[in-house]
Amino acid sequence: MTTPLNLKELSKQEVRFTAGHRLCAGCGAPIVVKMVLLAACDYPVVVATSTGCLEVSSCISTYTAWKVPWIHSAFENAAATLSGIESMYKALKKRGKIDKDIKFIALCGDGGTYDIGFQSLSGAMERGHDMLYICYDNGAYMNTGIQRSSATPTFADTTTCPAGSVIPGKPQERKDLTRIMAAHNLPYVAQASPSHWPDLMKKVRKALETPGPKFMNIFAPCNRGWRSRLDDAILLSRLAVDTCYWPLYEVENGVTRVTVKPKEKKPIVEFLKPQGRFRHLFEPGREKMIEQIQQMIDRNWERLLKEEEMTIFKEKEEREDK
Amino acid sequence: MTKVVAITGNEAVAYALRQIDPDVCAAYPITPQTDLMQRFSSFVSDGLVKTELVLVESEHSALSACVGASAAGGRVVTATSAQGLALMWEILFIASGFRLPIVMPVVNRALSAPINIHCDHSDAMGARDSGWIQLWSENAQEAYDNTIQAFRIAEHMDIRLPVMITYDGFIISHSIERIEYLDDEVVKNFVGEYKHLYPLLDVEKPKSYGPLILTDLYHEVRKAYSEVYKNVPKVVMEVAEEFEKISGRKYGLFESYRLDDAEIGIVILNSAAGTTKDVIDEYREKGVKVGLLKPRLFRPFPYEEVGSALKHLKAVCVLDRADAFGGSFGPLYFDIAASLYKFSDKPLLINLIYGLGGRDYMPEHAAGVIEELKTVAMTGKVEKPKEYIGVRE
Repeated sequence: MTTPLNLKELSKQEVRFTAGHRLCAGCGAPIVVKMVLLAACDYPVVVATSTGCLEVSSCISTYTAWKVPWIHSAFENAAATLSGIESMYKALKKRGKIDKDIKFIALCGDGGTYDIGFQSLSGAMERGHDMLYICYDNGAYMNTGIQRSSATPTFADTTTCPAGSVIPGKPQERKDLTRIMAAHNLPYVAQASPSHWPDLMKKVRKALETPGPKFMNIFAPCNRGWRSRLDDAILLSRLAVDTCYWPLYEVENGVTRVTVKPKEKKPIVEFLKPQGRFRHLFEPGREKMIEQIQQMIDRNWERLLKEEEMTIFKEKEEREDK
Repeated sequence: MTKVVAITGNEAVAYALRQIDPDVCAAYPITPQTDLMQRFSSFVSDGLVKTELVLVESEHSALSACVGASAAGGRVVTATSAQGLALMWEILFIASGFRLPIVMPVVNRALSAPINIHCDHSDAMGARDSGWIQLWSENAQEAYDNTIQAFRIAEHMDIRLPVMITYDGFIISHSIERIEYLDDEVVKNFVGEYKHLYPLLDVEKPKSYGPLILTDLYHEVRKAYSEVYKNVPKVVMEVAEEFEKISGRKYGLFESYRLDDAEIGIVILNSAAGTTKDVIDEYREKGVKVGLLKPRLFRPFPYEEVGSALKHLKAVCVLDRADAFGGSFGPLYFDIAASLYKFSDKPLLINLIYGLGGRDYMPEHAAGVIEELKTVAMTGKVEKPKEYIGVRE
């Protein structure tokens, strides 16, 4: 019997990431972690975390916030480490030494996923390990002091690409990792946001119930790096979805489905405005830059809708052929 | 019944791994190790072992997967050479820091640049202070025997540490030698059932691996580790004694060859020790009192025992198959010098670098070393503390 994903039932479940961790007030990461572990409440899980905010703040000296088996090895190898754990699980099952149904989840930041851990992630997914890799994406190396990563949005001010008089923040477009992972032809890839918790938890549940390698990219605001209000994590998550900066979708066996379509697509300014990292874009003479960001978002959103239309149509055709 | 066969070093180590049947093996190809894992992969494909084989996308991931698998709770193996070991470097310290009993044959090969696939010891030497126990092997027989003993040493409850077994690339890994195999059952019984210690897969009792430890306790943690390594020689000797009972072959922390009554001595690792011993025999027939010391347990280094075994000599040559960039001495030289330092009467020391990137070490090289040692012992003077031999002019 699986636990229904409603507040009444979920509130009875144990939170397996405890209070007392030392993540900043208002951080998006622990919200995401709690949601993920609650969605996985019916299973024993083993979690691997790459070096980063979540890691340094959750297990210090003789204290741990993890009520599940947890491992941190290095920055770039959470996927490889978890693939080893999953392989040992398979090995011991084969030898009849373990009979439980255990799920394996990686919870890593964008630096450890998009950049330094990218090879390890790609390799583990290609090998087909039965695991769910989750990136909590706050768009920079927040733990080391807000340096740009390949997940940092265009023109954002970070400590290694500061908004100066010549270079106005990060010049490049962000890496679209979710699509790259979908291109690995995984059985399940999804993008989620803590503002839409039922959608997020449904996706986690679906991923855990799908055998094989799965990837999820989850939006996780960082008020320190984004220079936003302490209590704006969920508001910014919602704005990211409503502006289509962070579309909520899933790719299940090659079929793309946008799971939440904003009733009214909001202009990107609404997402940018509350964040200090974009303040320089609102200086006179820089209007074009906001336009440029809007164009990128429109282009990506249109492409996603077309992809959805195309793959769903194709799926229907194939079904009819059969 | 032991079986006598003619096989290569890689084949022998693969055979040992088949007999041990580890739970998980993660590997990535690199010459001259590749041949070892290819052979082991055939055992997996043919169902001769139940090992879960993880064919990763780099050595960094190979060792990372081993760390995960070992922490999960089971017997784990990987193997590598040269650049592969260099790429693993970061994770070597994590494997030992977690005290995971991973076993890794390292088939010695020169480090780039320039790129070279042949033997020297620069790879394993670069990892000598990574917290891994290192067992060095002269030939295929020793590589086979050390592999079997390595699991017992690594998994010993008094230490729980990762173990590297080294043997010379191509010279041993790809050359055919006579060796004696033990029976499958004998090996299985010797290695025994894997004993768990804090397995991650015990979901009833969750453990956290890899905490952040800052200035409050890091220093103490490191000191505690150093205490653990003090137990290693005892464990290595215990396992060696038990191994002698099943094999008839005797192992120690190092091998002493005609050393007790010697006046001059050579310290050398791995395959070149064989050639040197032959030449020593020739000189012994001529009445030259020369002996040899071949370290086996290189990390942690048994300073006391090695120093005591060498202190009575007049002159000692340390032959290093690894050079240090920047004009420093070879790595073995430093340890020998350190082991002798405390004695007031001690031999004169010279350091010769030989065999880099697979350059042959021939009997005439060993003879040249002995001649030089005779001169040093006679004159009581060291003209050149460090020199290279076998260099083409």
